[in-house]
Amino acid sequence: MTVDSLHHTVAPADAGPADPALVQLLTPEGQRREHPNFPLLLDDAAIRDLYRDLVLLRRFDTEATALQRQGELGIWAQVLGQEAAQIGSARALRPTDMAFPTYREHGVAWCRGVPPEKILELFRGINFGGWNPLEFRLAPYTIVIGAHTLHAVGYAMALQREPHNDDAVIVYFGDGAASEGDVNEAFVFAASYNAPVVFFLQNNQWAISVPESRQSRIPLYQRAKGFGFPGVRVDGNDVLACLAVTDAALQHVRSGQGPFLIEAFTYRMGAHTTSDDPTRYRLADELEKWKLRDPIERVKAYLSRSGLADAEFFASVDVEAEALADRIRSACVSMPDPDPLAMFDHVYADGSPMLDAERRSYAEYLASFGEA
Amino acid sequence: MAVITYRQALHDTLRAELLRDPNVFLMGEEIGVFEGSYKITAGLLAEFGPERVRDTPISEEGFVGAAIGAAMLGLRPVVEIMTINFSILAMDQIVNHAAKIHAMFGGQCAVPMVIRTPGGGGQQLAATHSQNLEVWYAHVPGLKVVTPATPADAKGLLAASIRDDDPVMFIENLALYNTKGEVPEGDYVTEIGTANVMKEGEDITIVSYSRMAAVALDVARRLEEDEGIRAEVVDLRSLRPLDRTTVVESVRKTGKAVVIEEDWLSYGVGAEIAATIQEGAFDYLDAPVRRVAAAEVPLPYAKPLELAALPDATALVKVIHETLDATRFRG
Repeated sequence: MTVDSLHHTVAPADAGPADPALVQLLTPEGQRREHPNFPLLLDDAAIRDLYRDLVLLRRFDTEATALQRQGELGIWAQVLGQEAAQIGSARALRPTDMAFPTYREHGVAWCRGVPPEKILELFRGINFGGWNPLEFRLAPYTIVIGAHTLHAVGYAMALQREPHNDDAVIVYFGDGAASEGDVNEAFVFAASYNAPVVFFLQNNQWAISVPESRQSRIPLYQRAKGFGFPGVRVDGNDVLACLAVTDAALQHVRSGQGPFLIEAFTYRMGAHTTSDDPTRYRLADELEKWKLRDPIERVKAYLSRSGLADAEFFASVDVEAEALADRIRSACVSMPDPDPLAMFDHVYADGSPMLDAERRSYAEYLASFGEA
Repeated sequence: MAVITYRQALHDTLRAELLRDPNVFLMGEEIGVFEGSYKITAGLLAEFGPERVRDTPISEEGFVGAAIGAAMLGLRPVVEIMTINFSILAMDQIVNHAAKIHAMFGGQCAVPMVIRTPGGGGQQLAATHSQNLEVWYAHVPGLKVVTPATPADAKGLLAASIRDDDPVMFIENLALYNTKGEVPEGDYVTEIGTANVMKEGEDITIVSYSRMAAVALDVARRLEEDEGIRAEVVDLRSLRPLDRTTVVESVRKTGKAVVIEEDWLSYGVGAEIAATIQEGAFDYLDAPVRRVAAAEVPLPYAKPLELAALPDATALVKVIHETLDATRFRG
């Protein structure tokens, strides 16, 4: 038996609706299902709110992609296709929980209340960016994949020192990052210290051009077992299931039972970033297949079919989405260029005489050109 | 002033900082039950408990990364990496994260942490366990790198590092742990980024740091006693930020300079000091700036070869003589 054939025996690549390990509460066709371990406790208005989140996030993402194509952003990492995984998981958090994102977690940032303009500032490069991580309970976007899983564990270990504090930490990463040493060390540490951290792995099937099958011989959620904590695979395009599973995982870690791994099985519908062209390495029919599992369409179908929302509701969300797009576009194009001297500002929290001298010297250099 | 060892000074300062600030905690391999490979943390687990003196899995990137996360919440982790050689495993966390989070996030989030780790050769620990890699970290904006040479600076700089709001690489040296010196009592803090003129002199400047600063001081005292050569010894104490002013002022006075460092010659601290001197004291120089450093080989395990590869007092004296002879100083 070759390694490849073993791989296909052990780990079917396609976790479709028939996969018994996949937690799903809303089918791609919009049918509600129940799962014995993951009950959903949501009223109808909350489901409409989730739909609104999904639509607004997609509109924000689409507008940001367009802004990059028009030269208004340096780069953009699209969230297209992963909206349900992010909205579902982040809406399960309570305000005092802490989230650690990669660079693609615009949906998580949305749920944490970070204004989309703040994220565009980062990608436009008008400042070194940033929201206050403790105000929004969202750590900085981390560009190096996997590294922040350790920060999350350390943060969770710090929380453990506060008696009566049952806040939890959630950290987002991907199928590619799961191969990094950092992530595996984070699993070891979290397990060793029983840290209150939910590892939220968005398996979007592709690490730039490398398929998930190159990262793992077994389904990624099963790795948790080897580290001694639970792992669950959830339909990452099902916002209800993502919310219910994350809610259960958060309860697990809050109650002192240690870490929890969620593998949200989803798909990166767009490119890795705007610097990438996925048509060079993946087939169009794969994209077509995943379009049928779209995270927004199934919620719309469910709301319509169950009579929980009418045409007026859907139209009002669309109007709100267009207004959001207009707002962020005009904010983005009017962002001022940064002051060149700003680059010296935050290298050291305590300041630095060396950088003060560099700043003065560079200011003199700039002034030497006189008024333009 | 009490006379204590460098090891005792480190231990006492860790204990004092743990007592002073409940946000300070220690983390690393073998630091608790085993009390540290070099016994710096002896007794601290028993006194402060496992929450504040944490033994970790053998995973340098793991505990450095976790310390960054804890620091982001406002704690003040003091991480021990068993030797600087193992810090290579945590390089991404140190260089890409600890050093950059504050700047890359617009000053929103400081990372107040200390990484204590010893470097240095001469212990027959062979090539992978005997390196001086501090210059790698000294190259990186966002980090601070301190290198105490004396028990007093071990105390003052460790207290300053733990209270600093930026990530500090605190570089110890295996061969210094048993050295003794006078240490001020009570709360004693040495400002990071200030060099120390260990001995004043008018004839030549010797610039160094860490263990080689102790060697330089010893050589300077001997030269004065035996030959009447009055060398000035500048201990840099901190490689980033670097106190260039003290170096330049000393060379303006003496007109001659030798740098001695335990690391490899190429791209080393000596190169940076030589550049600093030619920028700041070119017109004052009577002779080329000379460097004494380790042979550019992986440090051998065999004792005779290890001794041959490392810089020492004999090599320093020879280069000082050559520099003085070049200026006809000795007639």
